[in-house]
Amino acid sequence: MNLTLKIWRQKDANSKGQMTDYQISDVSDHMSFLEMMDVLNEQIINKGEEPVAFDHDCREGICGMCSMYINGEAHGPDRGVTTCQLHMRMFKDGDTITIEPWKAAAFPVIKDLVVDRSAFDRIQHAGGYISVNTSGNTQDANSIPIAKQAADTAMDAATCIGCGACVATCKNSSAMLFVGAKVSQYALLPQGQVEAADRVKNMVAQMDLEGFGNCTNTGACEVECPKGISLDNIARMNRELMKASI
Amino acid sequence: MGGFFKSSIGRKVSMALSAFFLMFFLLQHLAINILSVFNPDLFNEVSHFMGTNPVVQFALQPVLIFAVVFHFVMGFVLELRNKKANGAKYAKNNGAANSTWFSRNMILSGITILAFILLHFIDFWFPEINTKFIQGDWSGVMEGVEGYRYHEELVHKFLHPARVAAYVVAFVFLGLHLAHGFTSAFQSVGAASLRKKLEKVGIAYSIIVPLGFIFIALYHHLNH
Repeated sequence: MNLTLKIWRQKDANSKGQMTDYQISDVSDHMSFLEMMDVLNEQIINKGEEPVAFDHDCREGICGMCSMYINGEAHGPDRGVTTCQLHMRMFKDGDTITIEPWKAAAFPVIKDLVVDRSAFDRIQHAGGYISVNTSGNTQDANSIPIAKQAADTAMDAATCIGCGACVATCKNSSAMLFVGAKVSQYALLPQGQVEAADRVKNMVAQMDLEGFGNCTNTGACEVECPKGISLDNIARMNRELMKASI
Repeated sequence: MGGFFKSSIGRKVSMALSAFFLMFFLLQHLAINILSVFNPDLFNEVSHFMGTNPVVQFALQPVLIFAVVFHFVMGFVLELRNKKANGAKYAKNNGAANSTWFSRNMILSGITILAFILLHFIDFWFPEINTKFIQGDWSGVMEGVEGYRYHEELVHKFLHPARVAAYVVAFVFLGLHLAHGFTSAFQSVGAASLRKKLEKVGIAYSIIVPLGFIFIALYHHLNH
């Protein structure tokens, strides 16, 4: 198929960006979206121009690196997939595809389609862990019985890959689905209880400090999340913070 | 606890708590006003009670005023913060793919409701405050009107078609605001399972309450 691509080009963090048009032909239905981008970049390099910078790593939907806003949706029009898992069969011959970086004040553009998501790392550092003495006398995690439902719900929350699609999609650039998932994965397990109050307080404080917006419960993040992280995690985070503050 | 209400989540929770109070207020306001259609005498009795009872006037009324002002001020504060967090706009953004129009435009429906409340205050609340607190007339009677004045005043307001039209438009926006706000408030206070259970109740509430007020406005306009 032949496509017109409108891609956000931005030289560096300090430059002003703009949309630039590209034509690409002979795109196979079976290509992933990133493979299509690779082919485009080869064309651009062959012309002696600067290729389009974009984030990618594992290309199997688990690393959370790819981050494109495609035709007005995070990770494109398919559901439950990252950009690397999006296939060109979702588009048709003659389509114009708009490709932009995540846009949020807390995710500044570094170059083209690459944004700085280190705000998520700093939120994690603020409390997204449990403190365990690993000196050799560590208790086996399986020695603490955990109800199947709690284990499953915690695992569902833990599947968040931190790609930032929730922030990119949210009209308020809120990070509450991400933080809700990270708080929940520990809040649901006995190992997470010891630091539960400090964890939620510190992670929410860091989230606010990073300049993410407020959740207004539109539910857009849940729909666009490649891992199907549920809004229930945001409600759980709200409960946890209320519990920790009273 | 003070720190909690300064956090992003604390602000959400305070929005939800004021919303719960306002949603309860709407329900009792409708229940009383609908009497003006079915039983004008009882409407007058209840209106006089609500307008002169010290608990209602000096305890509940200030709470209501606070809730209304707080909900609007906090709504604007959150909107401004969210705009700031949002940064640059997308060249193409398909919001309809993942959320409802009314959930994304609460500020728009909110501003319409605010404009309506100003009109509503000019129509009813300011004259009431003037009569009772400035002129000191707590009798509830008016020259030329048999019995209490409240029903006559209400009907008189709905004579002008422009006012009726403004009320109808405002109630449509109120319905849109409630269509998202009802369940959203439960989510904000952490009651995710209640949010899901009450989804249909929320839809019913957001249709029935505004329709009830529209019915009252149209009924008095057409029957006079």
